[in-house]
This record gives sequence, structure tokens and C-alpha cells, in this order.
Amino acid sequence: MAEMEIKPLRLNFGPQHPAAHGVLRCVLDMDGEIIERADPHIGLLHRGTEKLIEYKTYLQAVPYFDRLDYVAPINQEHAFALAVEKLLGIEVPPRAQYIRVLFSEIGRILNHILNITTFAIDVGAMTPILWGFEEREKLMEFYERASGARLHTAYFRPGGVHQDLPAGLLDDIGRFCETFPQHIEDFEGLLTNNRIFRQRTVDIGVVSRQDAMDWGFSGPMVRGSGVPWDLRKSQPYECYEDLDFDIPVGKKGDCFDRYLCRVEEMRQSLGIMRQCIEKMPDGPVAVENNKVTPPKRGAMKQSMEALIHHFKLYTEGYHVPPGETYSVVEAPKGEFGVFLVSDGSNRPYRCKIRAPGFAHLAAMNHLCKGHMLADSVAILGSMDVVFGEIDR
Amino acid sequence: MSEALRDLGEYVGLALAEALIDADTRYGELMLRVRRESIVKVLTYLRDDQNCQFKQLMDVTAVDYPEREERFDVVYNLLSLKQNQRIRVKVSTDEATPVASAASVFNSAIWFEREVWDMYGVLFTDHPDLRRILTDYGFDGHPLRKDFPLTGYVEVRYDEDQKRVVYEPVNLAQEFRQFDFVSPWEGMLHLPGDEKAEDAAADGEGEGAKS
Repeated sequence: MAEMEIKPLRLNFGPQHPAAHGVLRCVLDMDGEIIERADPHIGLLHRGTEKLIEYKTYLQAVPYFDRLDYVAPINQEHAFALAVEKLLGIEVPPRAQYIRVLFSEIGRILNHILNITTFAIDVGAMTPILWGFEEREKLMEFYERASGARLHTAYFRPGGVHQDLPAGLLDDIGRFCETFPQHIEDFEGLLTNNRIFRQRTVDIGVVSRQDAMDWGFSGPMVRGSGVPWDLRKSQPYECYEDLDFDIPVGKKGDCFDRYLCRVEEMRQSLGIMRQCIEKMPDGPVAVENNKVTPPKRGAMKQSMEALIHHFKLYTEGYHVPPGETYSVVEAPKGEFGVFLVSDGSNRPYRCKIRAPGFAHLAAMNHLCKGHMLADSVAILGSMDVVFGEIDR
Repeated sequence: MSEALRDLGEYVGLALAEALIDADTRYGELMLRVRRESIVKVLTYLRDDQNCQFKQLMDVTAVDYPEREERFDVVYNLLSLKQNQRIRVKVSTDEATPVASAASVFNSAIWFEREVWDMYGVLFTDHPDLRRILTDYGFDGHPLRKDFPLTGYVEVRYDEDQKRVVYEPVNLAQEFRQFDFVSPWEGMLHLPGDEKAEDAAADGEGEGAKS
């Protein structure tokens, strides 16, 4: 039989595909079942967050950060709060720092539960997500008790946190820290030594150290490749310096290593939460400077000055001295940065949001090339993409 | 930490003397302003030099200053895991003048520069794939420019008669309300209705300069 030329197939993956984790449209050039080229089209969830922030005061910009990575909203607020505080030159009081760290670590567990379980569903395991979401709901109830909202908390504000923790919350979080390790064991029991899970993840989507550097990876994507880099350790912010925790590091940089890193990070986060509860100092939860943080409601009933401060803060807002900063936090997905430019007015002149998922997804073509179609789903799942933050 | 940063700034300043315009350390962050023509050289040097090793390009973005002649600043944020330092490199450009792409130095620049092109309309030469990235297919304009309105120019809706999505000019029932809450005591530099005083001051200055 004469040789036949087979035309490569162009496959449109998404944007309405459950394994695309949101609204990714990926154009795949296929040679049989092998991916020759992957071209992610993003921006289907683009809401112009950066433009909107330029038209809002610094306080009004905070809720936009919840809506970026809606899986771990509080960690985003943290980066913005740190950037504004740097420009204002204020230091938040110790209790606020411990509360922030405590809730950031809850955010990390929230994110990793969702990622591990949806990753498992991508490669065929149904049960973990059903077990995981119950625990997520408990954690979001802690958010609700502290801030009043399960998801879009707007809790970390420049200058501290919005309000103090209600009585008994720390005890309940402490109890959660006692019971949750058993659930991590359960996830691991379902997945880590599962033959199918391993066949789908081991040696898939290998990221070398060189690649991780070159593509600007961060978080579990870079740690999975054996680079011991975590901003909480290497460029500590808030009170991370006083806390004791380890950074899990992978060996090969495949999807399985990244999964193992995330599982271990959950255990470490629980350790950090326990230490925070133990060490939680007393004192104010925001800087006591009414030019930045609003006065207490009680004070407003008594003091004319407090009333004026409250009015000025919620209409005009505070002015931030001219300058620029690139402030970062170790968000669950990687380095989340805010490049903030102030011109001295009450509104940010420019607020660029550096989302970790954006850099990870940029390497999609590099990672998928030569893999099977089904592997692209595993790679995407292990990258931990959320389109709220990628499209902004 | 800040001393190490200052040393690094001096070191880089000496090595890149002909490319450097300005170096500045504020808020514990090192910023270099370099000439546009030598941006690739600067980034390559920062990546490869033994004492720098800024092997990660974490972010590329731009800032728009419409009142300047070269209105855009393109900002590169680099990270060195070895030195545990960050550095910020800036070049300025305008709508027509392209900047050399950093994609040959860092792969991560490919998408970041696509975003800068999409949002600001800054051109990059030798970029492998300079398409729009975040905006809609067939979008016109560059939305993060300061002269682009917050509401945009077109809106979309599903048309029941034509059975497809249609684009129409933005039709606002109410003008976008921009409340300027800057108080006259703190923020306002020009009092409305007080132009005479300003004119007089300007005349006085002009005469002073002549004599």
C-alpha cells in the first residue's frame, strides 16, 4: 500500500470542559494521540481588575483581590496589604501578624484540598473530592466567623485585619488541627499508592530545574523540581521568622512530586496554625493610627474626631506617599506579587498583579509537547491553575 | 539585607555603566533605569554574571505616564535565588518605538510581553508570538492606557433575533460617576476660580527668569 500522509488534527479543548479548570481554551495540534503543539487561549474571564483598581481608593481595592484566586482568597489580600503598608511605612501589630499568618495557612490548606482532589478527579478518582469538600467547608466557616464571609472576606486590610477574632474561634481551629491529619491520611490512602493514580502522574510533565528557572515558576511547581525555595523561609514577612516549619521538596519534578509536595505542605501548614494559636499575643489587631485604620464604632459615638476620621476614611480614603514597590507573598500556588505605583493621591496609579498561574500556564506548550492527550489534563491539574487570577 | 542590596547596586552600576541611566534603592528595593537599546544586554548580564544570577524573570509590566514624551515605562522584575535578592529594571518607550524582546533571555517573557502589548500597545521586536492575550478576539485598543475609558467602547449581548452575540457601542443610561473626594485642604493644588492668582505667579516667575 502506498504511504499515506495523515493530516494533523487540530483539537479545540475547552473553554467549556470540566478538566480545563475553568475557562481555558486550549488549541491542540495532534499527531494521532500525541500533542505536537498546545496553544492556550486565555482571557475568557478577564474582568479588567487592574484597570478598576486604578479608579478605586486603596481600601476599595481590597475586595478585588478576593476575586482573583477565589480558591484561596485571603492570600491575595495579604500581598496587597503588604504593598500598601510598605509605601505607607507602617508595621502591623504582632497580634495582627499572627492572625494573618494563621488565616493565610488556612488559605493554603483550602487551596491544596481543592487542588489535590480536583487533580484526582482529572485522572479518574472520584472519592477524594467528596471527602475534601466537607473539610473545606469547615475551614470556610472559620473564615466566616472571623470576617463574616465564607469566600470574599476582605479581612486583611492595609494596617492590620478588619476585626478581632470572636471568642472561642481559636479553640475550634485548634480542634480542627487535631482531626484534620486523619483526613490527610485518608487522601493519601486513596491516592499516593494507588496504581492508577501513579500510572497517570509519575514521569508526566517533568519540569527540570533549568526549566523552572527559565519559565519563572514558583511555589510547588519549583519545589517539585527540587529547588528549596519558599518565600516564607527565604524572604520572611510577618512573623514567619518566629515559626518553625519545613519546606517539602520533590526529586524529579513530575506531577506526582508536585502532588506529594502539596500534601506535605498541608501538614506543615497545620503545624504553623498550631504554633500561631499557641503563641497568639494579645493587643490591637490593626495599627492605632486613625489616618489609616478606621476608629472603633464605640469611639464614634463619643468622639467627634473619631467620627470625622471614619467619614474621611470611607469617602476620600488615605493618601499614600509617592513611590513604587513590588511586594510578594508565598500564595498556595506560588509567588503572588503586587507591583504598586502610587502618585501620592488616594488611588493607586498602577497596580499590576503578578499571578503565579500565569507563568505556569505559559509553559503549557513546553510541558505538553510529546505527551498524550490525556496527560495534558494531568499536567494542567498539577499546575494548579485558577482562571480568576490568570485572566484578572 | 539593604547593605548587600546597595553593594549589588554599585556592582551592577559599574559593570553596566554605559547602559545605566539611573539607579535607586527605595523601600529596600533596587531599581535600575537603563537605555532602551541595551535592555537585552542588561538582562543577559544580570542572568549570567556570577555575582548576580538573576535567573528568574518574575514579571514584566508597563506603567503609562501620558504627560511624558516617552509615555511608557516597561518594568522587568527579576529574582535571584542564589543571592536572595530582587531587582527591578526599567526602560521607557512610546507608542511607536519598539523595545527589544526579552524572550531570547527568559522564556517567561513571552507571555508577559504579550500581555504588555495587549494592555498598553508597547511593541517588542524579535518576539516569537506577539498576539493579544487577555482581551477578546478582534479587540481594538489597549485598555490599560490612561486615555482608555473605564467603560470601554463596545459592549456585547446575545441578540435573540439574529441568534448570535452582537457587539454594540457602549450605551450608558447614566454617565460614569467619578467622585473626586480629594479635600481642598490636603490634595488640591489649584483652587477653582483662583486662576488670576496663578497667572500672576506664573508671570512673575517668567520675568524673573528673563532678568
